[in-house]
This record gives sequence, C-alpha cells and structure tokens, in this order.
Amino acid sequence: MTDLHSLPAHRMAAGLRAGEFSAGELVEAHLQRTEMTDGRLHAWLEVYEDDARAAAADADRRLADARQAGDLADVPPLLGIPVGLKDLVLVAGHAATAGSRILEGYVSPYDAHITERLRAAGTVIVGRTNMDEFAMGSSTEHSAWGPTRNPWDLERVPGGSSGGSSAAVAAGHVPLALGTDTGGSIRQPAALCGIVGLKPTYGRVSRYGIIAFASSLDQIGPLARDVRDAALLLGAIAGRDERDSTSAAIDVPDYAARLPEADDEAAAVLRGVRLGLPRQYFVAGMEPGVERRVREAVAALADAGAEIVDIDLPHTDYGLATYYIIAPAEASANLARYDGVRYGRSMRLPGADYIADYKETRGTGFGAEVKRRIMLGTYALSAGYYDAFYLKAQKVRTMIKADFDAAFERVDALVAPTSSTVAFPLGARMDDPVAMYLSDACTLPVNIAGLPGLSVPCGLSEGLPVGLQLIGRPWDEGRLFQLGRAYEAITAGADWRSAQPAI
Amino acid sequence: MSSLSRRDVEHVAHLARLALSEEELARLESQLNHIVDQYAVLAQLDTEQIPPTAQTIEVENILREDDPRPGLRVEDVLRLAPAREGDHIVVPPILGETAD
Repeated sequence: MTDLHSLPAHRMAAGLRAGEFSAGELVEAHLQRTEMTDGRLHAWLEVYEDDARAAAADADRRLADARQAGDLADVPPLLGIPVGLKDLVLVAGHAATAGSRILEGYVSPYDAHITERLRAAGTVIVGRTNMDEFAMGSSTEHSAWGPTRNPWDLERVPGGSSGGSSAAVAAGHVPLALGTDTGGSIRQPAALCGIVGLKPTYGRVSRYGIIAFASSLDQIGPLARDVRDAALLLGAIAGRDERDSTSAAIDVPDYAARLPEADDEAAAVLRGVRLGLPRQYFVAGMEPGVERRVREAVAALADAGAEIVDIDLPHTDYGLATYYIIAPAEASANLARYDGVRYGRSMRLPGADYIADYKETRGTGFGAEVKRRIMLGTYALSAGYYDAFYLKAQKVRTMIKADFDAAFERVDALVAPTSSTVAFPLGARMDDPVAMYLSDACTLPVNIAGLPGLSVPCGLSEGLPVGLQLIGRPWDEGRLFQLGRAYEAITAGADWRSAQPAI
Repeated sequence: MSSLSRRDVEHVAHLARLALSEEELARLESQLNHIVDQYAVLAQLDTEQIPPTAQTIEVENILREDDPRPGLRVEDVLRLAPAREGDHIVVPPILGETAD
C-alpha cells in the first residue's frame, strides 16, 4: 500500500470503486508521505488532518451506500481523492493568508465557489499550500512564511506563485491541487516541477472566494501528474457561478470523457491538426537544454501527423510592460482593502490618525514584492500618468490579443516553451525584480489575451524538468487536454517518464 | 515618460497608504525607475485607433433578480475584527483633526 501516493488520481478512483483500498487508507498514505517529506519541502502551510480523515470517512460511507444500491458508476469521479488548495482559496472555518502576514488571524467565514464544488464532489481537502505573497512572484520565495523547495532539487525553487501546490503534487503529497494563474503561476511551477498545469480561459472558473490579485487576469486551475487527472479536476470546478459576474455561462464539456484510454487512439488526434510555433517564444536567453527538449517535443508531434506552422506574434515583446502595468494597477485596487479595520493585521499607533494606522498596518504587513507592485500600480493609475501607462497598456493588450486571434485563423493551437529555463537556485533572482519578472515571458501573454494554456512535462535538462506549453482558443480546454493526452501517448515509453524527483 | 524622483516615491507611498523606511524608499526609488524604464517600449506602438481592452470575456451588464437571501453569519465576521463592541466594529476616528 506504500506506493498508493504515486498513482494518478483516476487510478486511485478506480481502486476505491473496486474496493482495493478505502478512502481512509488513501488519505493515511498521503498524510504519511506528506509528514515524511514536507519538513524539507515546505509545500504546506497547514495540513487539516482531522478534517481530511473525516472527509475520507464520509467518502467511504458514500462508496458503501453506492455499492449497496448498485450505482457505483454514478458516484462523482473524484470522490475520496486528496486535494490541496493554494493559500488564497477560502475554506469556511479555516485560516487563509495568501502567503502574507497582513492576513494573520483571518479565518474565512465562507467557502469559495470551488471549495463548495470540491466538497460536493466528495474530494478530501488536505490543507492549504504555500505561495508567493498575494500570488506575486515566480518562485514562492516571496511567501511571508518561507520558501517551498523543488522536489527535484531542494536547493532550487519550485516556481511560483503556486509553488506549494506544484511541489505537493510532484512529491506525491496529493495527486491533485488547485493553483491560480495571473501571469503564469500555474503553468510555470508545473513546468519546473515536472507536472501538468492548466490555466483555463478567463471566465471558465468562478473567482468567488479566491483572494484577488488582478481581477481581469486571475484564473483558478488544476495541477496534477497527468492530463486525465487535470481534466477531471477542471470538470469538478468549472462553470457559471452567479456570484462571479465574469464566470461564463458556457457549458462545461466532460473533458475527461473525451480523452481516449488507449494510447493509439489518443495519438490519432494529432493527425492533421495544425500547430503553430510562435517564433517570439524561442527567446534569446533560452537555455539550450530547454530549447532542445521543446524542439524534440515538436518533432515528435510532427512525426505523429501534426502540421507545424510558423507563427508570428509580433507584439509578444510588449507583453512584459503591458502585464507589469495592468497587473499591479489592478492589484493596487484589490489590495486597498487590507487596512486593518475589519480583519487581519491591525496596527493602531498611539496618538496617531487613521491614515497613519493604515500606513503602519500595510507597511509592516506587506512584503517587499507586494509593496513594489502596489507602488507601481498606484503610480500607473495616478493623475497625469493614467493615459501614458494604464490606458496605453490596455490598448496594447488589444493588440496582443489580436495577434493570437489572427494566429488561430491558421492553426488549432500553439506550442511553445512554458519557461525558457529550468528551475533556478533559491536566491538567484531575488536581487533583480525584472530578472524574476522575465520568468513569465512565455506565459503572461496568454493571461493578457484571456486564453487557456496547458503545460505538460516534455523531458529533463540537466536532470530538471522542462515544460511544453499548449495555448488554445477561448473555451478550447478540451482540445488542449486531447493534445496533451496525445503527447503523453506518443512519449509513453520515453526514458525521462520514469525519472522521479529526488525527495 | 519621466522618471520618479524621491518626492514622487514618497507621494505614491502616501497615496498607497504604505509606511516605508528610509532604506525601503531608497531601494524602491531605484527599483521602480528600473521597472518604469521597461514601460518606455510601449511608446513605440501607435495605439491612436486601438480601443482599450478592460476584460477579455466580453460580458456586459450581468444582472440578477433582487432577491434577498442570507449573507455571512454576523458572528463569523465580527470575531475577525481587531476591536469590537457588541455588534459593531470599533474603528479609529476619521473626523476631527486628521490631516489628509
């Protein structure tokens, strides 16, 4: 039973139905695995041992009832499966800090929409995972609670901002986790940790109860060890929620049902599909090993029948500036609520006025990266600068989106690197904010355009994972999953697939 | 696009309600200028005729029926408050001699 934690979630689900093991045994295996290795990894801020065991017991009861009634087939696909939540997903009665000291003491009075959905699906919520503070970062080093380490090399970052969720899945603490992606924060850590991560189309998943960073960019998405698992998890959380007006009233397909079991059938999807290779994504500073793995992946897709088309996305290089105006501007508005009046850290200076109190609360409660971005955003929106910065960035946003729209007239999906480097050493990018920002150069244009993006592992470079990114039309997550599954099928026998993280 | 002076940084910090140490102000002056320099590339693009994009999902005026329904449990919210008196959250005074 000791290797239960290394199975994909869908095999765990099959095992539960077949009675091979119970949900109780499944959660114990994961809690044990977590306890054994999280001291070194620090993926988790809190593990809900009691709640998890109770949820597993509920799942076992539901399974027993279903077995007796003869309708095991109707049981939700993820019943009894352990799941981790990034520290900005609200769970009623539990602390949430968004990786920040400013939310010390905050206990959520309500469930996020996705939390309600995960409970209804019978998943076992194991706890909250570490993250860069307010999702601002690409390495999880900006967490107020200390960094998470990469399971493949403990001296390196797992990526960010969903580094805790990614490391937890890669290390077998949970088979599934939720993250958020505003500029790459699901896809980039997925790439650096050797797992699958999806940023859905903007509007695919409700943001109600998700602590906000940038409201026109944030999306919640799945992290998993294979594409089928990611598809199952997205299916469990996607769809319209009237409490988030930006959540789309568009039907959620059964993503997992459309993924063939058999490898040859899965690979057949590639025959005749048109895949665009955006030349601007093969950046000058790209690590040669990463470029080799990505180009090998493209060659494999071509060998399997895909037509590879050279694509020009001419405004790609304006993405960094566009993102680093829009995201901080929106963040400066979203983070204005942290004033110590109603909850969280609250500094009341003797003899001072309320403005001084706000300044002290926020100055001491927020970390350096958050303060930097609030300052940038405030500046970009301030009188005299709004037109030159924020409005200009919104217009360039239109141009970046138009580049993708034009590309999708000619191809069905784009294929590119997720990150131009493998996981970098802890501390390597902390002195230069712009060096850190460049970690997301290949991912942030996808958020700017509101498109879905999937990262799948495509090999190792210097023993560290490399991610392949697939970018799709709006609402075309289904196709991305099919392409990802096809890629898994054509590389099923690859040596690198049997490599495991060191931990 | 002009660069930020130390006074600009202090002014933005005031607007953002952030108390910053001397060391932070100096570091931010340098870092913010470096980042704002990256924005200059956008001036290369002619966006005169380009409409801004505020959100990519293109929904408008999402309405719902004005049906009253239960909100958060008052106790769950009040116990989070740093200072409380019965059913009220105690806040610092905002009227009076405050300067802004």
